[in-house]
Amino acid sequence: MLYSSIGYYSLIFGLITSLPIFFFSIKNLRNNKILDNKIINFSFIQLFLVIISFFGLILSFVFSDFSNETVFNNSHTTKPLFYKISGTWGNHEGSLLLWLLVLNLFIFIFLIKSKNLLKNYRILTLLFQQIIIIGFFIFLIKSSNPFNYLFPIPNEGLGLNPILQDPALAIHPPILYLGYVGTSIIFSSVLAATTLNYVTKIWANHIKNWILVSWIFLTLGILLGSIWAYYELGWGGFWFWDPVENVSLMPWLALTTLLHCISVLEKRSTLRSWVIILSITTFTLSMCGTFLVRSGILNSVHTFANDPERGLFILTFLFILIFISLFIFFVFHKTDKQNSISFSLISKETFILINNWFMMYFLSVVLIGTVYPIFLDVISSEQISVGPPFYHKLIIPFLIPFLIFMAIGPQLKWIKSELEGKLYLIIIFILSILMSFFIVKNLGVKVLLNTVLIGSAFYLFFITIKDLFSKKFKKISQNLSHLGFSLLILSILFNNIFSKEVITNLKVGEKFNNDKFQIVFSDLKKKEEKNYISFKGYFLIKENNFEDKLEPELRVYNQPNIITSEADIKISFLSDKFITMNTVQNEEYFNIRYQVKPFILWIWISVLLISLGGTISLLNRKNL
Amino acid sequence: MKSRIFSFLAIVSLLLVFTIFYKGLNKSSFYQPKIEVKNIPEFSAITFFKKEEVSSKNIFEKNKFYLLNIWASWCVPCKEEHHLLINLSKNDQLEIIGLNYKDNFKNAQNFLSELGNPYEKILIDKDGTKAIEWGAFGVPETFLVFQNKIIKKFIGPLNIKSVEEIKKIIQ
Repeated sequence: MLYSSIGYYSLIFGLITSLPIFFFSIKNLRNNKILDNKIINFSFIQLFLVIISFFGLILSFVFSDFSNETVFNNSHTTKPLFYKISGTWGNHEGSLLLWLLVLNLFIFIFLIKSKNLLKNYRILTLLFQQIIIIGFFIFLIKSSNPFNYLFPIPNEGLGLNPILQDPALAIHPPILYLGYVGTSIIFSSVLAATTLNYVTKIWANHIKNWILVSWIFLTLGILLGSIWAYYELGWGGFWFWDPVENVSLMPWLALTTLLHCISVLEKRSTLRSWVIILSITTFTLSMCGTFLVRSGILNSVHTFANDPERGLFILTFLFILIFISLFIFFVFHKTDKQNSISFSLISKETFILINNWFMMYFLSVVLIGTVYPIFLDVISSEQISVGPPFYHKLIIPFLIPFLIFMAIGPQLKWIKSELEGKLYLIIIFILSILMSFFIVKNLGVKVLLNTVLIGSAFYLFFITIKDLFSKKFKKISQNLSHLGFSLLILSILFNNIFSKEVITNLKVGEKFNNDKFQIVFSDLKKKEEKNYISFKGYFLIKENNFEDKLEPELRVYNQPNIITSEADIKISFLSDKFITMNTVQNEEYFNIRYQVKPFILWIWISVLLISLGGTISLLNRKNL
Repeated sequence: MKSRIFSFLAIVSLLLVFTIFYKGLNKSSFYQPKIEVKNIPEFSAITFFKKEEVSSKNIFEKNKFYLLNIWASWCVPCKEEHHLLINLSKNDQLEIIGLNYKDNFKNAQNFLSELGNPYEKILIDKDGTKAIEWGAFGVPETFLVFQNKIIKKFIGPLNIKSVEEIKKIIQ
């Protein structure tokens, strides 16, 4: 009760603090040469108030204060402390409060870290960021208040959805939000810089840190979500092209492209328009993602808040931001013809540009696949669902040139590159194709497509390895990320080709035989746990001369009453064995799904490598 | 001039997207499969007591509601719903047809003499193929039929709620 009130009033005072910030900023914009310290002080006060509000919510969760509606809806006294705390951001209201917290935190860090930059640029960035912050304040207080009071006070909460009770998912939202919100700084900053005609090398050098930070967090956030889906949802896959997954992938694609463009701007002061548009796009896509997920407009496995009023607010807010940014872009941005620097066909710039276009293509495919069903539903009331085949057909063939350009690009110089001494590029290419041909030809899959595809991934892999050693680890960050990407593609392809699956109904004591392996359902045990009843199946998988014991589980939770299926997974370096069990209605039989999933571990490793590359690059920066 | 046209187009298309999203918000996003009225499958089966072959056309021919109930003596939930069927069989508007699924004649006979026989006719589905033609998932399952069309299908045992629903439709 107490903590909720403190949290609520901190929120209101936090919103009010925006007034002096606006007032002093606009005053400061006209006069002094140096930034008014009052601005920084008030920003700090605002940050402090939001932190207090957030802690108020966390404490309400920790002490199971059910007079708070959010706590009542999402918590339960029997829940372990860790999940009580993570329940704070596992719901709509709390997660928006987290958004607001990170927004404030980032703009404060920005103000402190940007001392050497143009004063007016700093103030304008703050002002644009304040618009976003005020938007979120109003949204929280008006239609998603985390501190709603309940009377009479219930004795017990409704409980956190059990599929959300997972360590990976407990940290997935905060990490993803750090990435999402980081893009808001990029957005505000690019608007400020465009207004002041400040999109220069110095600016690029400074904003690249923020781009890297957001990019690293976004990558890790997506990875965690994917890991959760694999282990907890028990579908035996790592990516489902689910709309909610797509909305996190889209900003990632835009941000990755931006990361490459900003390097060009930093080194060569060109691709200015690309940088501006991509910065705006990235944030817009993040907001769009929040809108699509939070409004409940999408049909998705992720069931979140479903409230048209909330959706309308985010939608209006989103479009106001888009209009502001378009206005600034069209009015202030002048394409400087004299200043534009030319580069020849064979140069790093060209290759980055080509791959930008590929990225934009991938982005549009995902965007269309995600929003087209909504459009169609509204216009013609026809309901369709866009599934993996759509994405696979449109994306996979274009990966081939993408991978090849990605391999060659880093080997070229800026402005103009000679072809002499580049014979190894062709030799390695031929070797990669040959290697992949010998792997693919006996597998009984489409030989041509797979040979070229796997060949190009190998090509990127080997070229990057060669680069790593011949340049003596000078470009280790870029090399690691590119290596990670080639490994990712290879693992995904091999995973697809070598996956095996058996679905069968068995009862205790029965066996399933196949020419390769045998599944024995040896036992079933019932056990009462703290907040659920567990049915554990004991399975023996006999393959060649190996025996594996797998123990999938069915959990019948009491609060709320949900049955979840816990997969049991034997993880090994090369392949995962994955088994899930489900009830068949009214019978003693269980539906058993056994899968062999090769190279799953490598998918996680390669994404970690990709983000590790970014981290090293960030740590090596001089102006951090 | 060129940029003005461009910005005008951008604004128009954005407004369009806004309207579409706005309309989308007010649509329910809960997916509901359309209920298609299906014709009953054509088949012939042997009757339970008289062992005659009858065709589906002759069974559902009257201008009446029919309830096709798939049951078996070995199926526990079938026992639970049985008294509801008996209750329903008193209704003149309704004729209940049983489909005895993968069962043994003797056990089924005991089942009926113990719990009563609500069925007007019982058909035998020894190998379970007829149930598949009806699109059944398992036992028990119940189909409400009118003029050779499946109006409603109940998966799993009937309960008081579904019985009330049936009575409502019949009236």
